[in-house]
Amino acid sequence: MEIILGEVRESFKSGKTRSLEWRKKQLTALINLIQDNEQKLSKALFHDLGKHPAEAYRDEIGVVLKSADYTLSNVEKWVAPKKCPISLVFFPAKGELQPEPLGVILIFSCWNFPISLALDPLIGAISAGNAVVLKPSDQAPACSSVLANLIPLYMDSKAIQVIEGGPQICEKILLHKWDKIFFTGSAQIGRIVMTAAAKHLTPVTLELGGKCPTILDSLSTTSDLKVAVKRIAGAKWGPCSGQACIAVDYLLVEANFAPTVIEMLKKTIKRFYGEKPIESKSLARIVNQRHFERLTGFLKDPLVAASIIHGGSFDEDNLMIEPTMLLDPPLDAAIMNEEIFGPFLPIITLNKIEESIEFIKSRPKPLTIYAFTKDEKFKRRILSETSSGTVMFNDVLIQFLCDTLPFGGVDQSGFGRYHGKYSFDTFSHEKAIMQGSFLIEIEPRYPPWTDFKMKFIRLAYRLNYFGILLLLLGLKK
Amino acid sequence: MAIDGVEEKMMKEEVFDSTTASFLLKELKQSFASGKTRSYEWRVSQLKSILKFVNDHEQDVVDALRSDLSKPEFESVIYEVSMLKNSCKGALKKLKHWMVPEKAKTSMTTFPSSAEIVSEPLGVVLIISAWNYPFLLSLDPVVGAIAAGNAVVLKPSEIAPATSSLLAKLLSEYMDRSCIRVVEGAVAETSALLEQKWDKICYTGNGKVGRIVMQAAAKHLTPVLLELGGKSPVVVDSAVNLQVAVRRIIAGKWCCNNGQACISPDYIITTKDFAPKLVDTLKEELEKFYGKNPLQSKDLSRIVNLNHFARLSKLLDDEKVSGKIVLGGERNETELRIAPTLLLDVPRDSLIMSEEIFGPLLPIITVDKVEDSFDIISSGPKPLAAYLFTSNEKLKKQFVTTVSAGGVVVNDTTIHLAVDSLPFGGVGESGIGSYHGKFSFDAFSHKKAVVYRSFLGDAAIRYPPYTLGKLRLLKALMGGSIVRIIRALFGWS
Repeated sequence: MEIILGEVRESFKSGKTRSLEWRKKQLTALINLIQDNEQKLSKALFHDLGKHPAEAYRDEIGVVLKSADYTLSNVEKWVAPKKCPISLVFFPAKGELQPEPLGVILIFSCWNFPISLALDPLIGAISAGNAVVLKPSDQAPACSSVLANLIPLYMDSKAIQVIEGGPQICEKILLHKWDKIFFTGSAQIGRIVMTAAAKHLTPVTLELGGKCPTILDSLSTTSDLKVAVKRIAGAKWGPCSGQACIAVDYLLVEANFAPTVIEMLKKTIKRFYGEKPIESKSLARIVNQRHFERLTGFLKDPLVAASIIHGGSFDEDNLMIEPTMLLDPPLDAAIMNEEIFGPFLPIITLNKIEESIEFIKSRPKPLTIYAFTKDEKFKRRILSETSSGTVMFNDVLIQFLCDTLPFGGVDQSGFGRYHGKYSFDTFSHEKAIMQGSFLIEIEPRYPPWTDFKMKFIRLAYRLNYFGILLLLLGLKK
Repeated sequence: MAIDGVEEKMMKEEVFDSTTASFLLKELKQSFASGKTRSYEWRVSQLKSILKFVNDHEQDVVDALRSDLSKPEFESVIYEVSMLKNSCKGALKKLKHWMVPEKAKTSMTTFPSSAEIVSEPLGVVLIISAWNYPFLLSLDPVVGAIAAGNAVVLKPSEIAPATSSLLAKLLSEYMDRSCIRVVEGAVAETSALLEQKWDKICYTGNGKVGRIVMQAAAKHLTPVLLELGGKSPVVVDSAVNLQVAVRRIIAGKWCCNNGQACISPDYIITTKDFAPKLVDTLKEELEKFYGKNPLQSKDLSRIVNLNHFARLSKLLDDEKVSGKIVLGGERNETELRIAPTLLLDVPRDSLIMSEEIFGPLLPIITVDKVEDSFDIISSGPKPLAAYLFTSNEKLKKQFVTTVSAGGVVVNDTTIHLAVDSLPFGGVGESGIGSYHGKFSFDAFSHKKAVVYRSFLGDAAIRYPPYTLGKLRLLKALMGGSIVRIIRALFGWS
């Protein structure tokens, strides 16, 4: 590993990663990698998580392609220095902000979207001109090895390296000094990463998760409700069978409205996944035995088990869990206090939908809040009274697809943000540059201090040019 | 009542331990949860209160700074009081504008939708400040935190005790005490504070403590803003107006708290041929500024305390450099004064070249060609600032692109600090994050992305059961090609 890291650092020091040509070449290479190997990537995703090719494309391959295309066509604009206005006191100085690469970046990706969560940050790091070491999750071994095999074939392997391995390797990697660590995963590991980073004062971006609530207001028209239910189902079981940081975690509805919603959700599940969802090709499986046990463990609590109103069957051999709904499980149960990260949907009923604000506020800040409502006042209240990484009204998941929006958490759901230009910024240092000339010298800047100099500076700070003039002419006391 | 509770407890027990700290934080969290800090009116009223107490008590501030650092009144007024007032006024003027959500474009893939980025306060923030600019470095981050709508706990440095107690008094008199508090103290109190779960920690100081702060923050996943220091180099080319260059170096070094400033020039790099001229001009100008006996000058700050005096003396007494002093070197231990000191041709492995000097000593390193300075700078940790004096445009360009530092100033020193359209902050060893002006507001805000969608425009391809036809259409849609979309819709591809 030492040799690999030394090589990557040397590459950065040589300065080659800074050139726009290098960045564009690597981004193009990444696009080629994906286009040439779509089948391979899709197969790996099926192997690790049972993702259908359409899901794989929607959530991973397509996302990365889109992001790479967008970055490639914008990077030239992003690297250009930005002018900053400077007040007249400093005339004739010029100010500007110049983004510069941070150095060698470490990216830890996660197993649930093993391709996009590895390559999307990589795109950002490259676009900002950094050298990169990528450590894919060992819990998605097929994807990890596909990336480790393909990246050196297409990209500059002196500056972009993949290191595979489990926890021991991670520990070793974290001992080294990085210029930035980008981590996607759980809060628990996030703490370990940040503690290790602190030893070297390395900045970190932590993309964590949380329980993303979904508020469903009593929508007046059936067609709207149909769309809402479809979107909720799509965001619960669609992305990797609920194993996604932005998946719907639980649903908040008014009690008298709940039966209608539940019936519609049941129908939707049937339409999506057929009579036997466990056998559906459209449903991803649980990543491994450990997570399967963690999920089924939620249901061991008898009160939780009693709250199941739909589904609840498993296939342990194939690691499949049926889309499952629970009505009002106890709020102190594990399922309502840990991120579910799987196909269980607790439905919490409230007397009035407005109570959802208090409900959400009394819990850790989630990565996303979804709210289906047409009530503008309620929307505004949700926006100003709750806090979350993002808020999405009347739809799900697509906040992840907007290159113009920052993606990231707050509080326990992480900090730092990426996507589009924000990725570029995340992996750049914005260097403030001020250029002066020798032309104008302001005498009062220098000691020995006198009353005159003091007055001058006071006026200058207030940008009182007329006052300065009077002072210089001796007309001001 | 609850507020008095903490105060009483602090008075009675006279220790600020972890329990008191958690009690204090709980109170502020409650105030924050009430939502009052979010309103524009509250933010404005608090910023105005800061302005008011600064105006009312300018003399007290100057006196406190004189007591802590013998800081000349002039320096106190321009670098601390005026700078803070400016920052406050700037925030007041622009706050409304800063608070407006930023519209974001949305793409065809997600049509029809609209999106914006809303700035929301993080919660309760902890600000730990430094002793060298104890007034400015305490309140400038407070201005940002308030502007962004947060509740704040400020821990001023115990090494500048007069300023610390003045801040405690003024803030409790003028500010909303349910949301803004000062905790005075040293290591024990700071540790008690650091055990708590804050929503952001802003620390100004050194890398050693910076690491401790970040490790403590990691336990609670708290984001940090670390304003550290470093050895900020000054490269002096021979193509300069030497007198102006020298005066500006002096202004950044000795006129800034006698070199005890994080952005002060730490060392000079110049060419062998040019060094004698540079040294002569430095000597001349220094004498003009501080007279023949600078130890007596009223225009120079003293060294903050005996610890730092001893540290600086050790740097001077290092046998590798003791023969290199070409100006100054005089010390007065009882008055904690050290004269402006120049050292020529110090070896790079000397003590003085391996740590941040943070005092009135200025070593000069000589190189054959001025371009050699780039390698010297790049071989060390990234500094907070890097300065270059030259009229050579090519050299400027080279310097600006190759030297990595928090900020770069050409033909002047330290003035970028006063420009609030520029972010102020370090990179690598010199810190994480930046502030000043709008950047302060951003540093203490969470940028919440908000997407509004209608119930229209629901595409079946997003949903299972997945088919190959859906896959094709999806590819076309995400690629954004109209032709491919039409082809996919008609089943032609």
